[in-house]
Order: sequence, then C-alpha cells, then structure tokens
Amino acid sequence: MKGKPSRIRTIKVDTLARLEGEGALYVRVRGDKVQDVQLKIFEPPRFFEAFLRGRDFREAPDITARICGICPIAYLLGASTAMEDACGVKVTEPIRKLRRLIYDGEWIESHVLHMFMLHAPDFLGYEDAIQMAKERPDLVKNALRMKKIGNDIMARLGGREIHPINLRVGGFYKAPAKRELEPLKEELKWGLDAMRDAMKTLSGLSFPNFEQEEDCEYVAMRHPDEYAIIEGRLVSTRGMDAPIREYDDHLTEEHVERSTALRTSVKGRGVCFVGPMARYNLNFNQLSPVAKEAARAARLGPICRNPFKSILIRGVETIFAFEEALRIIEHYEVPDPPAVEVKPRAGTGYGCTEAPRGICYHRYTIDDRGAILDAKIVSPTAVNQKAIEGDLWRFIPKNLGLSKEKLQWRCEQAIRNYDPCISCSAHFLKLELDDA
Amino acid sequence: MKRSPLFIGVGNRFRRDDGVGLWLAREIKRRGPRTAEVLETDGEGAGLMEAWKDRGEVFLFDAVRSGAPAGTLHRVEVSKQPLARNFFRGSTHDFGVAEAVELSRSLRGLPGRLLIFGVEGKDFGEGEGLSPPVETAARNLLSELLFRGEKT
Repeated sequence: MKGKPSRIRTIKVDTLARLEGEGALYVRVRGDKVQDVQLKIFEPPRFFEAFLRGRDFREAPDITARICGICPIAYLLGASTAMEDACGVKVTEPIRKLRRLIYDGEWIESHVLHMFMLHAPDFLGYEDAIQMAKERPDLVKNALRMKKIGNDIMARLGGREIHPINLRVGGFYKAPAKRELEPLKEELKWGLDAMRDAMKTLSGLSFPNFEQEEDCEYVAMRHPDEYAIIEGRLVSTRGMDAPIREYDDHLTEEHVERSTALRTSVKGRGVCFVGPMARYNLNFNQLSPVAKEAARAARLGPICRNPFKSILIRGVETIFAFEEALRIIEHYEVPDPPAVEVKPRAGTGYGCTEAPRGICYHRYTIDDRGAILDAKIVSPTAVNQKAIEGDLWRFIPKNLGLSKEKLQWRCEQAIRNYDPCISCSAHFLKLELDDA
Repeated sequence: MKRSPLFIGVGNRFRRDDGVGLWLAREIKRRGPRTAEVLETDGEGAGLMEAWKDRGEVFLFDAVRSGAPAGTLHRVEVSKQPLARNFFRGSTHDFGVAEAVELSRSLRGLPGRLLIFGVEGKDFGEGEGLSPPVETAARNLLSELLFRGEKT
C-alpha cells in the first residue's frame, strides 16, 4: 500500500509447550492481514486402526486405551460400547452408573490438571505452575488434592489411574464393594466445595475480548435424561441430530501434509468444534442446579462463544462431576454380575463418549467369531484442529498491536484453550519481524 | 519412630532403558532389607508428590537422557540444586519427575532428603530389557546401595 511499509511478521513456535503430544505453530502476517496459519502435528502416526485388524473384539478396549494416558476411559468405553452395539447387547443400569462414575473421575483429574497446572498460568502471567505455586501455593495445593480425588476414583474402579485394567466389553471384571467406595465420599464433598471456591478465582481472570462466529458449529452428544457422557445422539448448534451410527454421514476427515492427525469437518458446512464449550452450549439445561449456579456466578450465560472462557466451563463441569460421583456412590448398587455376557456376531458397531476434550468416536466391524475386520477411531483433538486454526485466523488481526512476545503468548494460550492432546515438550519460540 | 527410607522406581519397562528405574526398585525389593518401602510408578507427578510428602529420606531412580555416554550415573541431591526440566524422558502433560520436584520445592513439600539417581539411557525403543551399558550401571549402583544398606 502506498506510503505504508510492508511489514511481515512470522510467528514460529517450533514446539508447543504445556500440551500433550508434539505440535508446532506457524503464523505469517503481512501488514494487518494474516496470510497463513498452520497448526502442525508431527506426533508420529501410531497405526492403531491398522493393527487392531485381526485382533479379538474383546481386546479393543485395552489396546485403544494406550492411545492416551490422560483419557484412557474415553477409549476403554468407546471401544466397549461399540462392540456391545455390534453384538446387540445393552449393559444393566448399575453397570452404566459405574461407567459414569469412572468417567467422572477422568473428567476431574483431566480438567483440574488443565485448568490449574496448564491454563491458569497463562492468565495469571506465570511461566508455569511451578512459578505460580511460589506465589499462589493454596491454589496449587488444592488443585493437586482435587486431581488426586479423580485419580482415586479411577484407581478404585479401574485398578490403577493410568490405563485402568478392570474395564471390559460388557462392563467390569470386578465391581467394587460399597465399603470400598465409601471413603471417597468425604473427599468428594471437600472437592465440590474446593472447586466452587476456586471458581471465584477463575471468574476473576482477565479474558481476551474474543468471540467465535455465530455460525460456528458446536458438536456434542445429547442424552434425553442426563448431561451426556457415555452415550447419546450426535447433535450440533446447526441442526445436526443423528444416532452415533450416522457419524460418518455427517462428519468427514481429510489429510493435510503438515499434520499426522486427520482433520475433521462437518460435511457440506466446514469447521466443527467439540469439547466442554460445545457440551455446555448444547446441554446447559441438563447441568445440575449447583453447576448452573456456578456458571451464573462466573457470569457465563447459557451460551459461551469465547474459547478463552473454556477454563470456566471446565470448572463448571468439574463441579458437576464431583456432585455426580458423590450421588452415584451414595446410591451405589453393586452390579451383579459385574459384566453382561457379550457373544460375537458379524456386524458393525458404533460407540462415542464425551472425553474431557470432546467426543471420541469408535467404529468397528467384526466377523462372526469376533475378529476385528475394520476399525476407525477419531479423537477430539483431531476434530478440533480446524477450529484452533480458525480461532487464530480471527484472533491475530485484532491483536497485532501487542508486542511480539505477548502476541506469541496469546497464540499459545489460544491453542491451550482446547487442551489439545498432542503433547508436551520444551518450547523454542521464534518470532521474526521484518519491517521493509 | 523413624520411618525407613522410601525407594521409588520410575519408568516404562516396555521401552528398554526407560525401565531402569523400575528394575532397580524391583531388585531392592527382592534383595534389600525387609523393611525397605518400594514404589514402582510411571512417574505421574501428583502421585510422586503424594508419595514423598512428609517422608524423611527418599531415593528415586529413573532413566535420563542428557547427552552423556550411556550408563553414566547422575546423582542429584535435590534439596541442594534444582532439576533441569528436560533431564528426564517426557511425561504425560508435562508433569513428571522434574516438575513434581520443583513444584514440591515451591510448596515446601520436599522430603527431608531426596536423592535422585538418573541412569543415562541409550535405547528407548519398544521392548523389554536394558541395554548392556545401562544394565552394568544399574548393577553397580545396586551393589553400592546394598553394601551401604548392610553397613548402616
């Protein structure tokens, strides 16, 4: 432009920190226009879908759980429910309740880790949780104790907190006795109070003034009777409403060279967004009164379009999970037997659950002896890749007045809004500013 | 009554040398004093902090990758010096041994004495079993610890 210097800014984050997995960010800006945004995922492909072929259908939960150490329940239950669907089996209500209880544990430990150890330092101006702990020790101590409660639920039901070993197609190998769950009650009560209290701190954070577009398509599961976690229909804010078995009719995947993870979009429409904010926007009415009240106190309406406020929504969901876990334990009925019998039959089964980061989809075709012929698994972070880039395309132009360090910080924070599960490493940050 | 020391082995035994910490913990359990408390863990930070909270003396074994020759033994008395964040192998969500140590330091929750033994690894590929230099280093360390245990 005449009289205006051409100014190219390149933000190159070779390795993104405080994420799960290995990823990088590349952004190029000329003047006040963003020319390119690329979220690169170079976590090596692991070929789970390929090496599941030929394995017995009962092996899928434990094999796929190795995809993630933070949310193994999403894979254990996604695979189990898909196999039960293929074999025409429904589990009993007590087994279903126990499944929700262990999922509550996963939500608690994953959400608390992300809110307080990974995301809060961004807002409070600390390099990491270690620095934050020096000045805000109570915040960190309470977070560690809350996280431990989630871990304890996982360990008591699953045998251990990382990659639990007690879940199977049809239910559990062994159901805990009532007295084994009783000791959790006092801690859950403490956790509920602690999280409600922590919401006061979180709602006082300073959030960038940024909103996603009104036609952004939030996708989650919906269940008629409960805030969906382990089953439901696939719904969206733009009218999608389908059984899980029609997932592939609505959502499609593509490969781009810069990412080893396939990228998901809604057929015929484009970017979709999954995770706590999608669940909240679609199912707010099904939250408990206490969780809704916490949302109101944090000045969240029933719809939130600011992804930076996802930290608040994780807090609301953590309150919900503490409450629900307590309620399930108080009314616990030991499933007897702990698993229903599942006999293989030829067919295709579909499963989907709400992992902490959003819907996690499983589809398997098995033969009449139960051998897996075909598998498809879609993780929530793969779905969110385009939404993350979309946020950056819109966020950066509005913040070009920031110093390069602050802009880079904000870009990384915008990625961490999604708690993406691509991983953790040291970060080497590089911002090139070229003023012609 | 004074509590006996806690021995913590960290690692993944299915990633070759990454399992050296677990190997040491298991051998101490098998051959060490009957009163020895031993914990084997994948290194999840919050669990480590919980394990060493309020303890007097803790020994932690883990594989490290710092660029030194394979089998090199690093000893770090963490009450005297900070730990490098990239010293250990990667941990879930960036919250592993080094983070747990430094977070405990910030929260004044370190045990009275926390001695970390890091064995420089060579092969972190898939499979079980240690590479020869790492196994030699681990056996030497084990002998030293057991001998020291007999003397005290």
